[in-house]
Amino acid sequence: MIKFKTSLIIFLLISLNGFPVFAAGQKMMSIQVKKGEIRSTPSFLGNIVARLSYGDRVYVREEKGPWVRVGLPGNSHEGWIHTSVLTSKKIVFKSGAKNVQTSASSDELALAGKGFSKQVENEFKEKNPKINYAWIDRMEKFVVSEKQIKQFLKEGELSPEGGF
Amino acid sequence: MTIESKDRFFGSNVKLAVLGLGIMLALPVFISGCKTMEAVTNIGTSLGQSVGLLTESQADSISKSSKAVARSFEDFTPEQEYYIGRTVGAVIVNKYKPYNNKRVNAYINLLGQTLANASDMPETFNGYHFLILDSDEINALAAPGGLIFITRGMLRCCRDEDAVAAVLAHEIGHIQFKHGLQAIKKSRITSALIILGTEGAKTFGGEDLANLTSTFEGSISDITSTLVNNGYSRNFERQADVAAVTILKRVGYDPNGLVDMLKVMEKKLKPGGPDFAKTHPSPESRIADIQKHIGKYAKVHESKVRHKRFLAALGNN
Repeated sequence: MIKFKTSLIIFLLISLNGFPVFAAGQKMMSIQVKKGEIRSTPSFLGNIVARLSYGDRVYVREEKGPWVRVGLPGNSHEGWIHTSVLTSKKIVFKSGAKNVQTSASSDELALAGKGFSKQVENEFKEKNPKINYAWIDRMEKFVVSEKQIKQFLKEGELSPEGGF
Repeated sequence: MTIESKDRFFGSNVKLAVLGLGIMLALPVFISGCKTMEAVTNIGTSLGQSVGLLTESQADSISKSSKAVARSFEDFTPEQEYYIGRTVGAVIVNKYKPYNNKRVNAYINLLGQTLANASDMPETFNGYHFLILDSDEINALAAPGGLIFITRGMLRCCRDEDAVAAVLAHEIGHIQFKHGLQAIKKSRITSALIILGTEGAKTFGGEDLANLTSTFEGSISDITSTLVNNGYSRNFERQADVAAVTILKRVGYDPNGLVDMLKVMEKKLKPGGPDFAKTHPSPESRIADIQKHIGKYAKVHESKVRHKRFLAALGNN
């Protein structure tokens, strides 16, 4: 009897401790930007360990301020990503997918390429041929690397504080 | 201690443990039940259904549209925000002439990206990008999603890198708080979401695409007229200034750079001008608000190397 109760307590203690870990380990989120970079440390100055694309899913392991430690399904890679990259919604690409009956107003799903999209932009361009997007396209090609930022900070004698 | 008392001791602990487990399991259910408005509508429509007042499809359409009405600018995905921002940006560069100087734009992008990384919204759908406009007007504008524009007239109000950083950080603040999207009239957001709600994942046909495009056009005009003519509310400007102070401190810039820039701007702004004179609270009142956060003004001491690179990039601007 005692043995049974003792093992029951041990079982309950394990469940109590294990439960939140288990739940957090299973929580999944999606990348809601074009390119999501997973880093070795919770900082933009951390090395990039993996690159993800819009809609990719990650497991949430741990949260630290605005940074989330995530795991990738199907492999052992882990790293940190900024919370602004993530959404709890599942991002659906293909139109007519079976699970998209709830539409864009759903809490669980977001439709990629719907609403104000490339298709609507093209329609707008046709209606407003005088508005030129060439400079916007050029602007989007101005890209700054982590290496350049590190050098810029160092040369400018700037020492960023936590949260960077 | 007898075996019996030990047994009782264990027994009460088991009860406690079971109670604890019960509370832990119930907690998430309690926490997640917070969507009051939707829940109320659901109860209402299902009641209507059960007493035979509504058909199933009527009930369905009611809950769908109330869902859409309950929603706001926050429901635009980062992808949609990006497409709104691209067109707002295109309208801006068609009004102002871009400053075609690779070296100076590269400096602004490097500075801007460094600041954006330190903001509460460092990542957007396609990132932050900065462009100088070849205009004497004193202006800086942020299109949703991360396209930021600054005029040469505004750069002339900046006497060091800390001041340029302050202007860019203020614009990043507007993006972080999605102020641009909040300039879109609520009725447009509702109609856009209803079109999406009824169409779901289907490919848009002619009529829906035309409706969505005209909603898009309206949204662009709401934002650009706010940016160029009416300005944001004083509260939004205050929020952007506070965000700027936070960003500057995080990177290591002196937030007094913002005060310096505003002091120069105050001297240069012409009353009734088409730029910040029209769209922003007076520099004087902004300085008063900023000083509530950073205290009394202290002169900015920019390091020699930093000042040198500022002059190299913008000295001849």
